[in-house]
Amino acid sequence: MGGTPHPFDDARDLALRDVARARAPVPYGRRAFWAVTLLVVGKIGWDTAHNGNFEWPVVAEWFTAASILHGLSVTISLTIVSMVLGVILGLVLAVARLSDNRLMSILAGLYIWFFRGTPLLVQLIFWYNLSTLVPELTIGIPFGPEFRHWDTNDVITPLTAAVAGLALNEAAYMAEIIRGGLLSVDPGQAETARAFGMTPIRALWRIVIPQAMRAIIPPTGNQLISMIKATSLVSVIAMGDLLYSVQAVYNRTFQVVPMLLVAVIWYLLITSILNVGQSAIERYYARGDRGNPSAKPVLADAGEAR
Amino acid sequence: MSPLVRARNVHKAFGHLDVLKGIDLDVMPGEVVVMLGPSGSGKSTFLRCINHLETMDRGSIEIGGEQIGYELRGNRLVTLAARAAAKQRGRIGMVFQQFNLYPHMNVLQNIIEAPVGVHGESKAEATAYANELLRRVGLADKASAYPRQLSGGQQQRVAIARALAIKPQLILFDEPTSALDPELVGEVLGTMRDLAGQGLTMIVVTHEIGFAREAADRVVFMDGGQIVEQGRPEDVIGNPSHERTRAFLARFIQ
Ligand SMILES: Nc1ncnc2c1ncn2[C@@H]1O[C@H](COP(=O)(O)OP(=O)(O)OP(=O)(O)O)[C@@H](O)[C@H]1O
Ligand SMILES: [Mg+2]
Repeated sequence: MGGTPHPFDDARDLALRDVARARAPVPYGRRAFWAVTLLVVGKIGWDTAHNGNFEWPVVAEWFTAASILHGLSVTISLTIVSMVLGVILGLVLAVARLSDNRLMSILAGLYIWFFRGTPLLVQLIFWYNLSTLVPELTIGIPFGPEFRHWDTNDVITPLTAAVAGLALNEAAYMAEIIRGGLLSVDPGQAETARAFGMTPIRALWRIVIPQAMRAIIPPTGNQLISMIKATSLVSVIAMGDLLYSVQAVYNRTFQVVPMLLVAVIWYLLITSILNVGQSAIERYYARGDRGNPSAKPVLADAGEAR
Repeated sequence: MSPLVRARNVHKAFGHLDVLKGIDLDVMPGEVVVMLGPSGSGKSTFLRCINHLETMDRGSIEIGGEQIGYELRGNRLVTLAARAAAKQRGRIGMVFQQFNLYPHMNVLQNIIEAPVGVHGESKAEATAYANELLRRVGLADKASAYPRQLSGGQQQRVAIARALAIKPQLILFDEPTSALDPELVGEVLGTMRDLAGQGLTMIVVTHEIGFAREAADRVVFMDGGQIVEQGRPEDVIGNPSHERTRAFLARFIQ
């Protein structure tokens, strides 16, 4: 090279520039942001704890009362059962929607169109009152012989109406979420699976769905949380869920605010647990990624820039 | 000896574009056939017709005496159901330009997926064979790595091991080195040359003239959806009889 000495040729300078010594300075803006946030949150917390109108002793008294816990268990089991059924049916609908079979695709499309296009509350009331429309349910060949039949009123209890309403509605939304996930997978993957002699079902199950999960899980977490709150709608068909149990109490005691707080805290607790579960599942499906399996590298970078 | 692969009058069009215009090709057991030809000449399409990833419009393809994708019932030719067609592909390995490893599975899982899931081998048996194959392609220490943690050349060698794991009667290679950096091409071609020497039946689409010259039993030159000429590598590459072959090869040998 020759000419003027490059600064990097100086051993002392080079040692100073070793990035192993580097530290990121904490920006003043960020410190101020922390201070303001702590102050505001602290003030809100203090006021909430000391405001007599919230009647915290009443909240504490009812928080684990038997009737509330029973309502809570109804809410949780209704959510789990409806969600599981909704996901299974949603998967079937998504695959049908994407299939080469035109009739299947159209039928799935119609289903999704109908159930997404009508209010859940109306669907629930409809299922609950099914017996007024069709007094008897029959299994048989259309226009042909009948094998079995039941009185609709025996089949449709508040529980079955609630599960049917929530699950069938959920399936329509899950179908679209799962379809989006399946479409996000490189088509070369399904083709490779086929080339290696897998049947379409097996290729879907072993190769495509596991890769689609990355795209399916975050919106499904959303759905699950919406579902927990949507179960509160079933109180209109006399199902004793969490909200219903709380209402039953404050209709007698008129302690509306503290009883609603009981419900709110329980709903928040369940959703927090679900969030933790969702993160764990997302980490599992991020395996095979090179480096840090964080699902939000872009946002993390944006945060650093501040 | 009768041919393992027998393609007759294979035609395929995409819309108005005639991609294959009557391909006849026989491949003998243990033969290594290298297909050369300009981009868009229909090489990939023909390869995909062989294992019925692509349906064709006319003609027929037989492998080991069995027609691929169809079945003759009396005088009626009917398409095979998905399950039967899948079974036919079971012993045809394929190696893709983009590797197409399953990214959610590690190397070992990639290799044993078909032997265990499609052919019903026990996991222990399949794992033992997978480890032997990994040694053969020089990746014995990578069994638990995920595809994204490997270089392109390593990924392609895993893909070759995956194709070998099904104990194939035929392996199809579609430009296996085209997506690789130049310095990684050699390791993959080396692995393929080893296979060619071991009596495997291979159909290789590639632009690597050197590989064709050294490893091929026969070179097939395709252009415009037709086989223009074929023969021993020293004849087709060393002394092409057709003007289009000469023009194509001139681009590689300067
Ligand atoms: N699914 C498809 N739909 C429409 N056209 C297609 C499809 N697949 C291939 N073609 C067209 O068919 C022609 C032949 O394609 P093919 O991939 O078989 O060529 P190739 O010889 O493999 O070329 P290359 O060397 O670039 O890979 C091309 O013109 C391509 O655009
Ligand atoms: Mg090609």
